[in-house]
Amino acid sequence: MATFEPVLLANVGRDDSHTRAVYESTGGYEALRRTLAEMSPADLTELVKASNLRGRGGAGFPTGVKWTFLPKDHPGPIYMCVNADESEPGTFNNRILMEEDPHQVIEGAILSCYATRATTAYIYLRYEYPGSYARLQAAIDECYAAGYLGKNILGSDFSLDMYLHRGAAAYICGEETGLIESLEGKRAWPRIKPPFPAVEGLFHKPTVINNVETMACVTHIARRGADWFKSIGTPADPNNPRDAGSYGPKLYCLSGHVNKPGCYEAPLGITCRELIDNFGGGVWKNRRAKAAVPGGISMGLLTADELDTPLDFSGPGRVGCLGLGTAAVVVLDETVSIVDFLHNSCRFFAHESCGQCTPCREGTAWSLRMLERMRAGRGRLADLDLLLEIGDSIGIMPGTTICGLADGAAWPIKNAIRKFRDEFEDFIRRTNPHGYDVTEPVPALVQLGGH
Amino acid sequence: MGARHPPYLMATAERILTDEMVAAIQALLPRYPTRQAVTLPALHIVNNQLRHVPLAAVVEIAELLELAPAQVQDTLSFYGFFKQDAPHGRTRAWICRSLSCALRGSESLIEHAQQKLGIASGETTPDGRVTLEEAECLGGCDFAPCMLAGGQLHKNLDTAQLDRIIDTWE
Ligand SMILES: Cc1cc2nc3c(=O)[nH]c(=O)nc-3n(C[C@H](O)[C@H](O)[C@H](O)COP(=O)(O)O)c2cc1C
Ligand code: SF4
Ligand code: FES
Repeated sequence: MATFEPVLLANVGRDDSHTRAVYESTGGYEALRRTLAEMSPADLTELVKASNLRGRGGAGFPTGVKWTFLPKDHPGPIYMCVNADESEPGTFNNRILMEEDPHQVIEGAILSCYATRATTAYIYLRYEYPGSYARLQAAIDECYAAGYLGKNILGSDFSLDMYLHRGAAAYICGEETGLIESLEGKRAWPRIKPPFPAVEGLFHKPTVINNVETMACVTHIARRGADWFKSIGTPADPNNPRDAGSYGPKLYCLSGHVNKPGCYEAPLGITCRELIDNFGGGVWKNRRAKAAVPGGISMGLLTADELDTPLDFSGPGRVGCLGLGTAAVVVLDETVSIVDFLHNSCRFFAHESCGQCTPCREGTAWSLRMLERMRAGRGRLADLDLLLEIGDSIGIMPGTTICGLADGAAWPIKNAIRKFRDEFEDFIRRTNPHGYDVTEPVPALVQLGGH
Repeated sequence: MGARHPPYLMATAERILTDEMVAAIQALLPRYPTRQAVTLPALHIVNNQLRHVPLAAVVEIAELLELAPAQVQDTLSFYGFFKQDAPHGRTRAWICRSLSCALRGSESLIEHAQQKLGIASGETTPDGRVTLEEAECLGGCDFAPCMLAGGQLHKNLDTAQLDRIIDTWE
């Protein structure tokens, strides 16, 4: 691959990189100016479609294609929601963009609204990002002052209002229809789809929802063109007509047991091992990796033998992970107990399940209870098959739940037990020598007095 | 619409929402096509001032937004975020317990904070100084283990640093 030059992080580290003045000094808002003067909304949509940009929020859906699902000639209003709820454990790339280079995100959002004819944009920001809140609000204010937001932007007939909307510490608000419900002032219960938000979304109007990093990519596609974007990353597999390829630069988050945790920009398709060694300075304390989460905990686990997996949209799926997810890699060194890992994961999903689908609400809660009992030395070998049964039966994929949170809860369970079954069995035998092979029901941990 | 009595018609002494809060909430109405969409922002406005949102405030918010109190209460109770019975501490501290932080010692950090403050997670010190919370991923995994408190992300913490930070809280 030719030498790769970061664009998404190019300004990060410069003094005052968050200000309009610095952003403009590096070509900021030139693409907006040119696009409004020279391109129609349909042209811009075509450009984004031609770039093969796929959403960076987790699902990897082609962005330009999603925009074309909006009804034609709709009287409006059409809404844009920028998904800045970033709550997937391990993930912080949106935070870096919003804090260090918010104008890059806002320019992309304005362009995306132009392409989709949206007239109001809401940035749904998780509450726990006070730094992002301050920087985004200041940047939005600067944009109104400069005529990049408001009525008749840069003398065109395009008008747009942009507002920041803060969440209240609930992971499910990142799911696009949970986000919509939350923004409408209701509990964040995801909606059954269809109708998809493009047809009936926020306030029952056509709505586009895109991730913060997706917006930043739109800025660079408008600046440099679709061919530049397609020159980076992993091309589509010619033998697989359904593969849309993995193009463009990507922000990878690296944390856990590495020497240099951080957010790094690389072409889509860098392997997990390259990321850990070349950017992260290797596993900490001269230890070996036992496993790594490839894209936020919802995606499951790569074993030490699977670290050469390319982190593009199809790589992690080839080794039994759910997908690329948020491209957040968390490294577990060889000393980590896989039981502790799974307990941590199950606790997260039990806490964050919104509760409206019984399989998800009960499945996440029971898996946590089983892991707590296991950790307290009361595990049984039969628990592993029970956990796998939960893992195989909750989620959109088996068809039992409304949203993908349950699939995200299921994958770590399935991956951890299928890939590390020996360790689970050893742990259970060792910590529960008298009860490990019990198969009849056991009382809850509280009744066992195991806490 | 007409038959309802908005809270600003009540005697000032009985009101929970101050004129400033009401004005701040009303200023947001033009941003959204429905009044209900102002629910979360309104809860934040009240919570920022009162450090909780008592039921009486929910009723007043509902009147302002022309909703049934139960609608506001339903939304509020979905988020574990807004306390209702009593204000949270003057500092509300969230220590992250999710994977990246757990791998770098957040569990002992949480235990240490509990011991130092003499409270369990979710509780407030009797003097009202601190509320300690366990958070899921704060999006600061590059600085694990971390804590959000006083509008600031405290990074790469160890117990000694945590002690020093806790001691600065008034
Ligand atoms: C449980 C759950 C949580 C999600 N959280 C986020 C999130 O925090 N940020 C995000 O951009 N997308 C999140 N998504 C994906 C969104 O539903 C949606 O696909 C995405 O925002 C679309 O934007 P994109 O096409 O630009 O990626 C989540 C999905 C699920 C199922
Ligand atoms: S799958 Fe879980 S989180 Fe998603 S809607 Fe159902 S209960 Fe809620
Ligand atoms: S896991 Fe603690 S900040 Fe992400």
